[in-house]
Amino acid sequence: MKADIRVALVGNPNTGKSTLFNILTGLNQKIGNFPGVTVDKKTGFCQLPDGRTAEIIDLPGTYSIYPKSKDESIVFSVLADKAKGMVPDLIVVILDASNLKRNLLLYTQIADLKIPVIVALNMIDVSEKAGIIIDINLFAQKLGVPVVPISARKIKGIDQLKTTIAYANKIALQQDTIDVDTIAPKLVAQIQAEYKIDNPYLALQLAHQHETLGFLTPAESDRIEELEKEHAFHSQKAQASETIARYNFINDLLYDTVKKPETAHDETVSNKIDKILTHKVFGFIIFFAILMFIFQAIFSWSAYPMSLIEQLFIKLQSLISKTMPAGPLVSLISDGIIAGLSGVMVFVPQIAILFALISILEDTGYMSRVTFMMDKVMRKVGLNGKSVVPLIGGFACAVPSIMSTRNIENWKDRMITIMVTPLVACSARLPVYTLLIALVVPDRNVWWVFNMRGLALTAMYLLSIVSAIVVAFVMKFILKSRERGYFIMELPVYRMPRWKNVAFTMYDRSKTFVFQAGKVIIAVSIILWVLKSYGPGDRFAQIDKAFSQPKYTKTMTPDSLEKVIASEKLENSYAGVFGHVIEPVIKPLGFDWKIGIALISSFAAREVFVGTMATIYSVEGDADKMESVQQKMHGATNPDTGKPVFTLAVAFSLMMFYAFAMQCASTVAVVFRETKDWRWPAAQFAYMTALAYSASFIVYHLLK
Amino acid sequence: MRLSQLEVGETGIVKEFTDLEMSVKLMEMGCLPGEEIKISRIAPLGDPIAIHVSGYQLSLRKFEASTIILQ
Repeated sequence: MKADIRVALVGNPNTGKSTLFNILTGLNQKIGNFPGVTVDKKTGFCQLPDGRTAEIIDLPGTYSIYPKSKDESIVFSVLADKAKGMVPDLIVVILDASNLKRNLLLYTQIADLKIPVIVALNMIDVSEKAGIIIDINLFAQKLGVPVVPISARKIKGIDQLKTTIAYANKIALQQDTIDVDTIAPKLVAQIQAEYKIDNPYLALQLAHQHETLGFLTPAESDRIEELEKEHAFHSQKAQASETIARYNFINDLLYDTVKKPETAHDETVSNKIDKILTHKVFGFIIFFAILMFIFQAIFSWSAYPMSLIEQLFIKLQSLISKTMPAGPLVSLISDGIIAGLSGVMVFVPQIAILFALISILEDTGYMSRVTFMMDKVMRKVGLNGKSVVPLIGGFACAVPSIMSTRNIENWKDRMITIMVTPLVACSARLPVYTLLIALVVPDRNVWWVFNMRGLALTAMYLLSIVSAIVVAFVMKFILKSRERGYFIMELPVYRMPRWKNVAFTMYDRSKTFVFQAGKVIIAVSIILWVLKSYGPGDRFAQIDKAFSQPKYTKTMTPDSLEKVIASEKLENSYAGVFGHVIEPVIKPLGFDWKIGIALISSFAAREVFVGTMATIYSVEGDADKMESVQQKMHGATNPDTGKPVFTLAVAFSLMMFYAFAMQCASTVAVVFRETKDWRWPAAQFAYMTALAYSASFIVYHLLK
Repeated sequence: MRLSQLEVGETGIVKEFTDLEMSVKLMEMGCLPGEEIKISRIAPLGDPIAIHVSGYQLSLRKFEASTIILQ
């Protein structure tokens, strides 16, 4: 779509910016990357009353154009980068009418950049209810820009806002807010002259932010640095005096235009809720109850749609194999691509549920209370209050949990959370654990109540939490933080969740996951399919020839013969050959080449282990039947020693490997997507594999 | 007196800051000289704290609060 004008939405967090964006653009939105930077860019299109189309750009919520995080640095970059043509034709500044003082700081900064601005005075219903009287006409007159009172939640004033956007001026009309020239007069004048900038505030911002601006060349940035030294410019001191000047302007403005009720009503509803939700005792009880609920919901609610999706893909696979002639192409489609696709799609219900619940917690304002309560504990191990939710979500699946770490503003805290979340025992490990535990742990009760198998499983889950905390603690000392650690966070008032936003988040995140992680998963499953389906030289032809002899075709049923051939071919496939190659490496862990194949093939996803075991031990009938796999594995003996393969030591060694190794293509893909740097997933893969190897080695030799 | 020395429910007026970097961040959030601050609550484990300032609720760690000098 071609847009006639570009409109950027700018505002503080919690001002209803995203709600307004959703109302203006509907389902007409997409997420991309800002050119040259690694932050998501949300854009959409909106039909204006005069028939033109506006491109709406949703910029990250920020308290000022001095950035505190990478996300926030985008705001100024977009507004200042004239060369790339990213500068919008119009900026809509969204102000929370019930909290004007702090909100106006950002407005005054944006206004001084002299890009055409209009003000959307959001939550006007809330401020009216609180008895705040705003003289909107005088307010608009003093600022020099159109001011539209709206309520994004109640969808009021939106048409008027659209009309105002349509008839907005092409040149900036806003009044000056502060005298920029007095802050650093000589420096600003020189930057303006050298870089041909007519706006003094833009020049001042270049002095402040030149180090983080992508559109400046290193030479340009160095030149600005030089000028700063020459004029003895101190960035923080300049910012401090600027902020004070801006608040002076704001206080004068509000004195003339806003009447607040005299009585300070401190006992607001929010305050009453906070007394319970952040209570010393009840606060934690409620928090853990909510976490238990999320945990349960992810497991139980997703079970039905997940099995439905699986069934759908199985049907699709059988439909293809029935209707199309057998051959490598059909095998690639059904065993490679569709199998891979089903591995992606099956996670969608869990992702949707987790994100719906998380966005409800965010939307209501509860999430910031969790951060508030947990900050002290989490800080001790190098995490943040907000890390609690991804870690708990990790019990279901690391993929949506890692996506949810975007709520963590601090770079170091977020990276540590991303790095340790895959250690938490996810649902894909469950089939592996249950199979191996059932194989070696006797079904006996200890102290009457505890079942030994249940205890073993609980131990694996506890191990996962402990390991995540320990690794986080270690990483706290390894990672070098670029930012100084601080914690200054708004506690927004409690509000009802906006169900439309919840639905948007669910849809958005699921879509992103399917398209982004999906590409990688399909690629990996195609590679695995090729490795399993082809062997070096003429090995496969020789197997076919050998088993076509009458001594096999006469004595065995066609079904079981097929299984034996499949197992024989697997051993001689590239995957099988590779299994033999890595055998010396995995032998110290107690694994043979067959387990080696399973380890390789379950790189894509851990649950593949059971299926691979089924193929390797040529199970009769359904490959998903656990009992049959278990029986075969139970009977498996080492051809050299004649002793059983799966001893207690081997089974626990394997479980350790699955507990620590990052065998999940989706997680690798999502970590790459979230960090946009392949070194993070590489480092994660390396440390987790090293951890898995040593844990397996120790456990095997202790139990042997 | 520092902001971190106030008890829940007590108020004070900001005079100055001891840490320039922190002051820039706090002032952006509305903690300015002359502004009245009230301690709303303390987190269950004793840190961080929540304050009422310029019409809304802000949470900050005790360390950050100790950089704010009151009148």
